[in-house]
Formats: sequence, structure tokens, C-alpha cells
Amino acid sequence: MATANVLGVFAHVDTTLDAIRKLRARGFSELTVYTPVPVEEIEEEIEKVRPLSAVRLFTLLGALTGTATGFFLTIWSSLKWELVTGGKAPVSFPPFVIIAFELTILFGGLATLIAMLLLGKLPKTRPSVTYDPRFTLDRFGVAVACPPETAEQVRSLLTGAGAEEVRR
Amino acid sequence: MSVASPPGQPSWADVNRDVIRTVGMPGNTYFAWMCFVGLVLGCGVLAWAWQIWTGMGAAGKRTPQMWAMYITTFVFWIGIGHAGTLISAVLYLFRAKWRTSIYRGAEAMTVFAVMTAGLFPLIHAGRMWFAYWLMPYPNQRYLWPNFKSPLVWDVFAISTYLTISVVFFIVGLVPDIAALRDGSTGFKKKVYTVMALGWEGSDSQWRHYRRAYGLLAALATPLVLSVHSVVSFDFAMALVPGWHSTLFAPFFVDGAIFSGFAMVLILILPMRYIFNWYEYITDKHLDAMAKLILVTSLVLSYFYICEVFTAWYSGDHFERASVFAKATKQYAWAYWGMYFCNSISPLVFFSRKIRLNTTWLYFISILVLIGMWLERFNIIVPGLGFDFYPYTWGTYYPTITDSTIIVGSFAWFFLLFLGFIRVMPSLSIVEVKETLAHPLKHAHGAQH
Repeated sequence: MATANVLGVFAHVDTTLDAIRKLRARGFSELTVYTPVPVEEIEEEIEKVRPLSAVRLFTLLGALTGTATGFFLTIWSSLKWELVTGGKAPVSFPPFVIIAFELTILFGGLATLIAMLLLGKLPKTRPSVTYDPRFTLDRFGVAVACPPETAEQVRSLLTGAGAEEVRR
Repeated sequence: MSVASPPGQPSWADVNRDVIRTVGMPGNTYFAWMCFVGLVLGCGVLAWAWQIWTGMGAAGKRTPQMWAMYITTFVFWIGIGHAGTLISAVLYLFRAKWRTSIYRGAEAMTVFAVMTAGLFPLIHAGRMWFAYWLMPYPNQRYLWPNFKSPLVWDVFAISTYLTISVVFFIVGLVPDIAALRDGSTGFKKKVYTVMALGWEGSDSQWRHYRRAYGLLAALATPLVLSVHSVVSFDFAMALVPGWHSTLFAPFFVDGAIFSGFAMVLILILPMRYIFNWYEYITDKHLDAMAKLILVTSLVLSYFYICEVFTAWYSGDHFERASVFAKATKQYAWAYWGMYFCNSISPLVFFSRKIRLNTTWLYFISILVLIGMWLERFNIIVPGLGFDFYPYTWGTYYPTITDSTIIVGSFAWFFLLFLGFIRVMPSLSIVEVKETLAHPLKHAHGAQH
């Protein structure tokens, strides 16, 4: 099914928010909102219909992998060559906690980075059709993917909400 | 057309403009500085080559002074990095808004300081082509690092710290580089396009980005506290008088933050002047940093007093003798110099006038850096110089080789930083915009 992409460019937070609410009320749910900075009000509005970001799951798994790796590496390698050093048993936990802690942070951090890239679909090799360079400057954008026959309705909704510019 | 902003406040477009104008072809003064710094670095590299050629004796290493200046400077540089992470991660979690305009510079400082610090174990190890022995790697002889050694903990702590700092730094840069991409043309635009990873600021990108950024801050916070604690274990786990103390971890962390803030001031005051960023880095920022220097200085003074008191009250002859030797023997200049620079001189920050005076701020910051370098020198050189047996006592004499390498390390740091400020946004576009008033059509909307 063909879809039309209608983009409204806004100059203000409140008008952008208004447009999102109006579009949602009319049943348009395929929205992409571009903002130069994260804006809490807009985020809250979007989060209403969306589950929380799964980045934290990656972080948790990464961190736990790190802890396990840290303990495994230290214990396994100590058992490979059981030598008493510093008057401590080959497997002595307190010093190994430090290695496990560092690897927890390391793996957790790297997993967070990977999650951000994977879930945010970065790197993105081609810009989206609805992207406009002003969105990193001082303009907000609301892009709606809708069936072509409703494009006119979306256009008038966006204009009505206070869009400076509407294009297809 | 630009969106109107409240009077006296830059608009969002102004922020983009003011940051974009700092990247690009610099003037002659910049190149002159680069040449000077490059030359000093060249001398440092030559000195290192000389040391590799002739052996570690060229660095003045004689028993018992086997750590001397390299480890002093290593600890110094690791410490410098800490303020950057404190500003970027800890103050982020505390939602301290004043961090926004200084955090990028501070974060760059962290990355470059850790990169500088990382050179020293290699230089110090002598045969640095065997540095990979420090890392655990599978080999036919089943040889693994001794995980009970603080030096191996250090390897893990520092490499984790460097990696996470770099990740945090790059993640923060992505939306800003996208802004540079959209504001530049030609070849520059191409380079920034690649580096921006196709960032568009869409809701789904922001959603994951914000979550990731918060989590990275949450991971970096315990990390920054642990790194200097682990560095302090290099000393505290040994039995040398004056080192074997549970006080060392917080003592090192506090000193690290103290010296790091001084370095932040040294870097951002000229940036503010040269880039004309008075609107972004205001008196409020300078005041806050001076106050942090003052607080960390007072805490440090408390630790100094504790150290002396512990030695005296312990009844341990060697502890007392070590403090006595530090304060009265050939290294007394370093000991009293440290007290003056770290405990006495920052006290002037009790005056608000001085906190807002850039000349004073700069002057005191330099003193703090000198003082903190002396502190590490005091721990290492006189510490090893006067341990249990008078038979093993010894004085350390610096050589031209090791001094040149130390000076060269500063050149390496400044070369990286100077390079950074001309190709990357050294002020966070996104975060500065976030703290400015958001553009609203109907002003009453701001009240909710």
C-alpha cells in the first residue's frame, strides 16, 4: 500500500505538541517527531503509546556478562596454575571483585552503546525523506505517514495546529 | 527568520552559529601555538627514544627510587581526568544545569588526560614493546596475569576508564556533529556527515539516546570513584611507611577532582576569551567551579592533617619517621610547597570577588596543579626514599631525559586539546539549548 509522507515544520514547542495531540485524536499514529533537543513535554506525549526504551535491558545483560567474565577469567586462570602469591590462596575473592567490577562497567557501557546504535537504527546511511536540516537548528518537525487519500486532511490539521510550512 | 528568545538570552540559532564559527581554518596564532607544542612534544619523543636506546638509567632510576617522576606524573594525569567525568556524569545525574556549557571541554580533557596518563606505564616499563604482557591473552604456556596484583587491577581500571570515557564522549558528540553537518558546506559537510552517523533527532533516536546517555552516566559514576581508588591501591597495598593506609582511596579521589577542576579552568578560561563565549560560560560557572575547588581543597587539607595525625598516634616508629623525614629532609621543599599550593592558596576563594576574577582563578589553578603534582611526588619519592632501613635510603636526582619526557607529556595533552577545539564542537550545542528557554508561541504555556 502506498503511503504519503506529510511533514509539518514548527517553530514552537507548544504548537508541535498541539499538532501531535490533534493527529493522534484523529487516529494518525505513524508519526515521526524531529526536535533539535530532547523536549520533555513532547517525549511524555510520545511515551504514552510506546513501551520504554529497551536500552536498559542491553545494559543489564552486558553488565552481568561482565561480572561473570571477570570472575570466570580470574578464577579459571588461577586454577590453571595454582600458585600461592602474596600469601593468598590461588582463588581469593576480594582482589577478583575489582576485576569483576571493572569488567561489569566495561561490558555494560559497551552494551549500552551497541543498544543505542541498534535500537536507534544508527548509523543511518541515507537521510529520511522527511528530514530537514533545520531540525538540528531551531525547528521542530512532525512527519506523518498516512494513506494518500488522507494527506489533505493531515495537511490541514498541521496547518491548523500552527505549522510554518507543510510539504509532501 | 529566527525564533525570538527572551531578552539577554541567546536564541537556539545563536548557539549553533556560535559553535559552528569555532570550527574551521584557524589563524596564525593558533598555528604558532601548535608548532610550539609540537616542537616540545618532539623533544619528549626524542628523550623517550634516547631512554629506550640507553636504558632506564637515563631516567635517573636507582634503587630505591624506581618509581620517581613517571609514576608521579601518571597519577597526576589520571587525576586530571576525574573532574571531566564528574562534570559530565555525576553532575548530569544530579541535574546540575550549570554543567552544560563546560562539560564538553571537560570531557575532552578527561579523554586526553587519560590518553596521556596511559603513556607513562609504557614509558616506565622500559621495554614497552612487551606491554601486551599486562593483558590477559591465551597462550601456550598457560601464563596469566597475577590478578592479586594491584598493578593488574590498574590495567583493568585504566583501560575501562579510557574506553567508557571515549564512549561517553562520542555518544554526547553525535547530535552536535549532526548540527555541524547541517550548518557547514563542502568537504567539511562530508566529513561531519560520516561522523554524525546519520543523526536526525527523530523521536525514536532521542528516546534510545537519552536512555543510553543516562545509563552511561550511571555507569561512569561508580567508575570514576573506583579508578583513582584502584590507583591508590598501587600504594596502599604495599607496606611502605606512609603508603599502607585505608585513607588512600578517598584521599586520591578528592585530590583528583581538585586538580581536575583546576585544569578545567585553565582550559576553558582562554576558550571563553578566544571564542567570545561570555554568554555561555558566565560568572556563575566560574563561581561554581571555584567553590568546588575550595571544597575539595578543604577536604584535602583534612586528609593531610589525618595523615600526620595517624602517623603520630599510631605509635609506629617508621610511620612517624617517614613523616618527619618528608617534612624536614631534602624533600621538605616539596612537602611545604604542597601544603601552600593545595591547602593555603585556594583559601582565597572564600572571597566572591576573587572567585569571579579570571586572573586570580588562573593563577590559583596553576598553583593547584603544581601542588597536586608535588603531592604525588611527596608520596612516591620521599616515601620510597625513607623506608624501614637507613641502609636502603636514597635520593632521587631528575635527569634531562625524564624531565623532558614529563614536559613532553604536557605538550601531547595540549596538542590533542588544541586539535580538538578546532574540529569538534567544544561547547555542547544540544545541552546548552536545552537549558535555554524553549520557544513557545503562547507564553502562558511555559507555566505548566
